[in-house]
Amino acid sequence: MAFNSSDTAAFKGVWVFCEQREGVIMSTSYQLLSEGRKLANDLGVELCGVVLGKDIKEDYLKALGGYGADKVYYCNHELLDVYTTDAYTKVICDLVEDKKPEIFLIGATNIGRDLGPRCAARLHTGLTADCTHLDVDVEKYKAFLKTTSTIDVDNTKFEDTKNLKMTRPAFGGHLMATIVCPDYRPQMSTVRPGVMQTAPYNEETAAKTVLERVDVKLDASDIHVDLVEIKKSAKKLVDLVGADVVVSVGRGISSDPKRGIEIAEELANVLGGVVGASRAVVDAGLIAADHQVGQTGKTVHAKIYVALGISGAIQHLAGMQDSECIIAVNKNGSAPIFDVATYGITGDLFKVGPMLTEAIAKYKASKA
Amino acid sequence: MKCIVCVKQVPDTSGVVAVKEDGTMDRAAMATITNHDDLAAVEAALRIKDATGCKVVVVSMGPPPAEGMLRELLAMGADEAVLVSAREFGGSDTYATSQILAAAVKKIGVEDDDIIFCGRQAIDGDTAQVGPQIAEKLHLPQVSYAAEIKVEGKTVTVKRLLEDGYMTIKVQTPCLITCVKELNTARYMSVGGIMECYQKPLEIYNYETLKDDPLIDVDTIGLKGSPTNVYKSFSPPVKGAGMMMEGADKATVEKLVSILNDKHII
Ligand SMILES: Cc1cc2nc3c(=O)[nH]c(=O)nc-3n(C[C@H](O)[C@H](O)[C@H](O)COP(=O)(O)OP(=O)(O)OC[C@H]3O[C@@H](n4cnc5c(N)ncnc54)[C@H](O)[C@@H]3O)c2cc1C
Ligand SMILES: Cc1cc2nc3c(=O)[nH]c(=O)nc-3n(C[C@H](O)[C@H](O)[C@H](O)COP(=O)(O)OP(=O)(O)OC[C@H]3O[C@@H](n4cnc5c(N)ncnc54)[C@H](O)[C@@H]3O)c2cc1C
Repeated sequence: MAFNSSDTAAFKGVWVFCEQREGVIMSTSYQLLSEGRKLANDLGVELCGVVLGKDIKEDYLKALGGYGADKVYYCNHELLDVYTTDAYTKVICDLVEDKKPEIFLIGATNIGRDLGPRCAARLHTGLTADCTHLDVDVEKYKAFLKTTSTIDVDNTKFEDTKNLKMTRPAFGGHLMATIVCPDYRPQMSTVRPGVMQTAPYNEETAAKTVLERVDVKLDASDIHVDLVEIKKSAKKLVDLVGADVVVSVGRGISSDPKRGIEIAEELANVLGGVVGASRAVVDAGLIAADHQVGQTGKTVHAKIYVALGISGAIQHLAGMQDSECIIAVNKNGSAPIFDVATYGITGDLFKVGPMLTEAIAKYKASKA
Repeated sequence: MKCIVCVKQVPDTSGVVAVKEDGTMDRAAMATITNHDDLAAVEAALRIKDATGCKVVVVSMGPPPAEGMLRELLAMGADEAVLVSAREFGGSDTYATSQILAAAVKKIGVEDDDIIFCGRQAIDGDTAQVGPQIAEKLHLPQVSYAAEIKVEGKTVTVKRLLEDGYMTIKVQTPCLITCVKELNTARYMSVGGIMECYQKPLEIYNYETLKDDPLIDVDTIGLKGSPTNVYKSFSPPVKGAGMMMEGADKATVEKLVSILNDKHII
């Protein structure tokens, strides 16, 4: 029977595309599986991980069960070792057409955002981009809105369906939109890396995962590009997304950028964290782009986020405002960063920064 | 050979952003600009024109005022412009938008040695989906996130950005490439270009022009043909004001450290 994406009743189950690079599953996949598990529970359906690659270690595949996957579809092929749009789109669309999942989540990485739209266009379904929140249950969605919007939730009508409600920032973070795809399946979404929390690894569920090897139909004539090389930047990238503590610097360091970054490094060191930056600092060439926090940088969920000399533009807030404790130092007492700060100090970062480092070092020494 | 470049006019979200009471964007109250990534795509095409003498066609879907933007692109050096505009096309999501733009590109005509360019992402909808979806509808190979492009005959070599490096990919024309704004610095309109731009052809494609293409169907275009719908939209939350510390001296930071200790934050 021909595949029909509008026959919504024929689709069942939640899928997560588990991206691998160089044979290693990316951490985004664990975040998505953890989130997918909740959706699958609310729907009472299976959660499946989908891996495309070549000779991926069985341990890695089974480990997906530890983050909630009931089943792992593994597509093994020479031509799936490294990502190409053509090969991945074909294999994924073939599998979707065969198994018919109702929800399909893909990490919004540079690869996921190439693959997702191409698959959605081929399957004739909707794709919501770069989501930061997902719900199927209306009550849970309402609870989410109560804490994150000014909508008068109790006096607003909500259509009570189990459709996936996919929430994402748009217009440069000035607006949040919840998107649905009611008439087509699968309901597809790319999910921003670093936003969903990874659940603790569960040995028991890992042991129960079913590994299904998919019979892949693919040959070289399916691929219309030649991969010449892959180059990684030589420098080790800073792991902002996984960090508990991030100390970020903004344009406030411009009078002495070298000292400013040093101050941030010292504070990050005593707190056991890493250094982040606003885009202004990155654009000025003062620090590498992988340090950038914000809408076009990384999204962090730090336990402590320190903002030194950052004004708090909405695009910066988009990447850090969900941190648990935000400490801001800015010499302008009415800088918007203070609207989201848990603790604010109006002052010069070149003076307050080192004092804070010293006070924390002293405190840590007293506890040791 | 020719280059076809898809360009979107967008509200300037770096300036004042007007949100209406119902949570939607008040586009009328905002200045419009040419999407940044798309300017890089136009520049990439113009550089190929400088080197090969090929034709550059710019195409935009949007309301009639987008014609002003297209004239500016003609003044930069593009040869022809197409404005895709019809009530039937309104309310399209990325799926429907790419159906329509793909039909428009087919109408312009894709030859063996042509390259279609898009920006990577538009700053308003922010999805980065339209480029790959047009490529799918045209059955063309795509390379997204292009940060360097080299054309030799029918072979295009693209440096495609990854989070932690890049891939170098070779692809044959016809193909579709999406450009990041770091690709280049777009040129300005030239005085001669401004004089000429009103003489250059600017065609309007409406529903009638495109309706015979199988891509154009009530189930695949406009609001009704869009698989995704906006369920709710709202302004993002502003966290409740925190605590402003008094002073900015040693006593201040020590007080802060003791609060952090009391709350088990450190
Ligand atoms: C589409 C788009 C995407 C963007 N994406 C991002 C993004 O991902 N991340 C991001 O950060 N930005 C992003 N931006 C840019 C953003 O709009 C701001 O321009 C940027 O965040 C400003 O950086 P800043 O706070 O460091 O600089 P400024 O806004 O210039 O602020 C500097 C602050 O430092 C304070 N200051 C100065 N001297 C001192 C001192 N000695 N001690 C203490 N304080 C001092 C000043 O009072 C001021 O508040 C984006 C913009 C656009 C349009
Ligand atoms: C708040 C909000 C959220 C939305 N979320 C989604 C969503 O998650 N999924 C979805 O399918 N739709 C979504 N839409 C609809 C989507 O924004 C529109 O379909 C829009 O026409 C195209 O998407 P984009 O702006 O994201 O473009 P992108 O896909 O980011 O654009 C990429 C490139 O495609 C080309 N291009 C795009 N539009 C045009 C055009 N009109 N004319 C010429 N070239 C163009 C340009 O080269 C551009 O650089 C949303 C709309 C709003 C208002």
